[in-house]
Amino acid sequence: MNNRILLIAFILLLAALPLVPATPEFWITQLNYIGLAAMVALGLVLLTGVGGLTSFGQAAFVGLGAYTTAVLTSQYDASPWLALVVGLVFTAGVAYLLGLITLRLSGHFLPLGTIAWGLSLYFLFGNLDWLGKHDGIAGLEPISLFGFSFASGRHIYYLIWVFLLLSLWATSNLLSSRPGRAIRALKSGAGMAESMGVNTASYKIIIFIWAALLACLSGWIYAHMQRAVSPSPFGLNYGIEYLFMAVVGGAGHVWGAVVGSAVILGLKDQLQNLLPKLLDTNANFELIVFGVLLILVLQYAANGLWPILSAGWARLTGSAGSRRNLAPPPEAPALPQRDRPQSGELVLDVEGIRKEFGGLVAVNDISFKVRAGEIVGLIGPNGAGKSTTFNLISGVLPATRGEVRFLNESINGRSARDIARRGVGRTFQHVQLLPGMSVLENVALGAHMRAEVGVVAGALHSERAKEARLLHEAATQLKRVGLGDYLYEQAGNLALGQQRILEIARALASDPILLLLDEPAAGLRYKEKQELAHVLEQLRTEGMSILLVEHDMDFVMRLTNHLVVMDFGTKLAEGIPSEVQQNPAVLEAYLGGIDDDLPGTDQGEPVTGSAQ
Amino acid sequence: MDFSIALILLQDGIVNGAIYALLGMALVLVFTVTRVIFIPQGEFVAFGALTLAMLVNGRVPGTAYLLPLLGGVVLVLELVRALRTGSWSALPRVVLTNAVLPLALLWLTTVYAGPDNSLWLNMLLALVLIIPMGSMIYRIVYQPLAEASVLVLLIVSVAVHFALTGLALVFFGAEGWRTPAFVSGQIDLGPATWSAQSLFVVGTCALLIVALWLFFGKTLYGRALRATAVNRRGARLVGISTTMSGSLTFTLAVAIGAMSGMLIAPITTVYYDTGFLIGLKGFVGAIIGGLGSYPIAAAGAILVGVLEAFSSFWASAYKEVIVFTLIIPVLVWRSFGSHHTDDEE
Repeated sequence: MNNRILLIAFILLLAALPLVPATPEFWITQLNYIGLAAMVALGLVLLTGVGGLTSFGQAAFVGLGAYTTAVLTSQYDASPWLALVVGLVFTAGVAYLLGLITLRLSGHFLPLGTIAWGLSLYFLFGNLDWLGKHDGIAGLEPISLFGFSFASGRHIYYLIWVFLLLSLWATSNLLSSRPGRAIRALKSGAGMAESMGVNTASYKIIIFIWAALLACLSGWIYAHMQRAVSPSPFGLNYGIEYLFMAVVGGAGHVWGAVVGSAVILGLKDQLQNLLPKLLDTNANFELIVFGVLLILVLQYAANGLWPILSAGWARLTGSAGSRRNLAPPPEAPALPQRDRPQSGELVLDVEGIRKEFGGLVAVNDISFKVRAGEIVGLIGPNGAGKSTTFNLISGVLPATRGEVRFLNESINGRSARDIARRGVGRTFQHVQLLPGMSVLENVALGAHMRAEVGVVAGALHSERAKEARLLHEAATQLKRVGLGDYLYEQAGNLALGQQRILEIARALASDPILLLLDEPAAGLRYKEKQELAHVLEQLRTEGMSILLVEHDMDFVMRLTNHLVVMDFGTKLAEGIPSEVQQNPAVLEAYLGGIDDDLPGTDQGEPVTGSAQ
Repeated sequence: MDFSIALILLQDGIVNGAIYALLGMALVLVFTVTRVIFIPQGEFVAFGALTLAMLVNGRVPGTAYLLPLLGGVVLVLELVRALRTGSWSALPRVVLTNAVLPLALLWLTTVYAGPDNSLWLNMLLALVLIIPMGSMIYRIVYQPLAEASVLVLLIVSVAVHFALTGLALVFFGAEGWRTPAFVSGQIDLGPATWSAQSLFVVGTCALLIVALWLFFGKTLYGRALRATAVNRRGARLVGISTTMSGSLTFTLAVAIGAMSGMLIAPITTVYYDTGFLIGLKGFVGAIIGGLGSYPIAAAGAILVGVLEAFSSFWASAYKEVIVFTLIIPVLVWRSFGSHHTDDEE
């Protein structure tokens, strides 16, 4: 509530500033530049801060927007608004092509690639005859709308800030929608997101285009504000500066873009004024001070200034820590469910799969079946190849040989995403959550493929009905696994055991037919284990098929209908739990040889102890 | 274009390419050991060239003042650390390397600098002035951020690049400098005539590359760096200090940068900001090698040099465009080899 009041006050202040004649012209100019830069930095917040893709080349996109409108309006007498549309389409096309090429490699290749094409575009602007070479194009018309001309600084101010506020609104809408959750998973959980049915490659291209379009918009206004374009503001140094703004402001938050551009531009201006007086010299010290200040910011506030500001504000208004008491998301119609196979029908048929890593046979011709309404346990000592088998089934690793059939269709060589779409939900041996997101949002990511929401719908928030259904589904699954009290907690704050349970809820949210659980009970206390067992039993009675890798023998023995025991990549035994327990080969694998003293009816206690 | 022009261009390309190769290797080294993309490398190229130029002209270079300045910052940081942790044992060495040595060098430079000194002694002095800055920069900027993400390290590198470029402008001014050739004369090699200076550059680069190869293959410290590059945590567990590795790597990288600057100074005019583009071209070479393989990075850098030489003949205005767009097909080609989705560590 307080935040909304603050936002409204901020907007009113912004709107009032140019109307007051006493406002110095310099302020308006400065705010205009801040607004234009914030638009570009906002794209970087989405691309770099949230999506984890670093671009030094945004200034070149600003240049594309500026030069497109300069050429169209000065040489072809087009309306600036038409030029804007052409510029956006053109920029989107260029960004799509560049993204297709460079986004395949993320990590450090992308920033280097963007440096390269940022430089190339800059030199291209400065060398093409029809773009006026290094002199650029001058004498552009101001933008006008219904006869109202945005010629003066005080008028174009409104154009800039209205566009910026709309961009901020759309971008933060996008981030809190279904596509937004997928985008937030790109940085640290891309592999996990693929297993939830998210097409990470296409989301990377989408945010790249989004950032490019914001830069193009900024360039369009810039060209008509300056009434001229020349290559220098679109060079690599400006590309770097935009990235600085995003990082200094707080690359993970949309408002960080505004704070960052205000701080950087204000700082540069002050340094240019102050330093010559302070040091009594005309030498160019501002670059040094600028660099040093940035190093300090990164060393002491690596997440930027916005988180510090907003945490201070939250403390001031006492709104911190109140997230836990929020009401769960409202009731909404349930999401459509898949047709489930009849109980006893064959769901998963693994036939002679084999995985070799060089000379090592990690999985040696393993075969087993999982039927609907059945819990199958896959057990074995450490290094037996259980997790590799899991990864072969879920499409994370390609099998060397053999076949995996799901609902009578071969899923060999399918991507993890495709397998997820067919109805296989999974959890991970090493918990893979998005620790900064709420528990509810993490689970809603699991329901990603159960509703189609496009980027535009997300940005305009026209998808709220679908979003409510997704969130309701996530909350339902969380309640079912016993995390109903933690909906708005940050996922990273949960205990490890709870995080494992959260992964199960996330898998359930995808409405799977087959659930692959990789050591779900590890790290749980006795009581929590019992509750988990209860949930799994309930799922089984509803017709769910579950394949379980687990070390806790009590848990496995009590729960499973069927057991597969592996050792050194080979299937050792298979059958109902009580039979497998008596199998001499199994006992030998687990206990290293059968002693006469050892009671055959032992419930596997030593294993529990040694394998945990 | 006839054959003789092509030969001259090829020769130019190989000379520049050799220097790019050296820089590219240093970048690969720094990246694999510390995960830092060392953009300020280029500034040390300019520092090397311009310090030498100043000394040759009998002036005291600004880097002689920069060294005690950086040393002073390190000293303050170390004092604060000692106060906090209460461990003073490392301090005498810190004082020696960061205060005594830089001040002694400053004194030596002011006394020694004069118009008629030997070029080789000037070169040695310039190297001694610049090389200690590597570990100082590491201590001041990167060591506190050792666990930060690659992105933060990259951006901090750009900030260091800004600060050092500004310093270079203050110390050396905006005008460009050239230094006299180390060796003079022409040598006939098959169909082409090489200037002795060009051969000297190529030979020195080759020598340095072999020296690096020996260092990494045969010495304990070299192996420690390789171990850190493969697995930082593992290296720490077997007792390799990652701080030591980082410090050593930066020293090596700065030394290579400064030497490249001195090698290139007789061939091209060097300005305070020339280093950046030279460093970036080393980068392009290194990227061709995937930032992980030394021989391919070296081959890539030679390719960049040759391409640059030929494109400056055919379309000199588009020289930079051609060199920097080269990276994109290379990235595409490399991307077909990799199928992993890489998450940030």
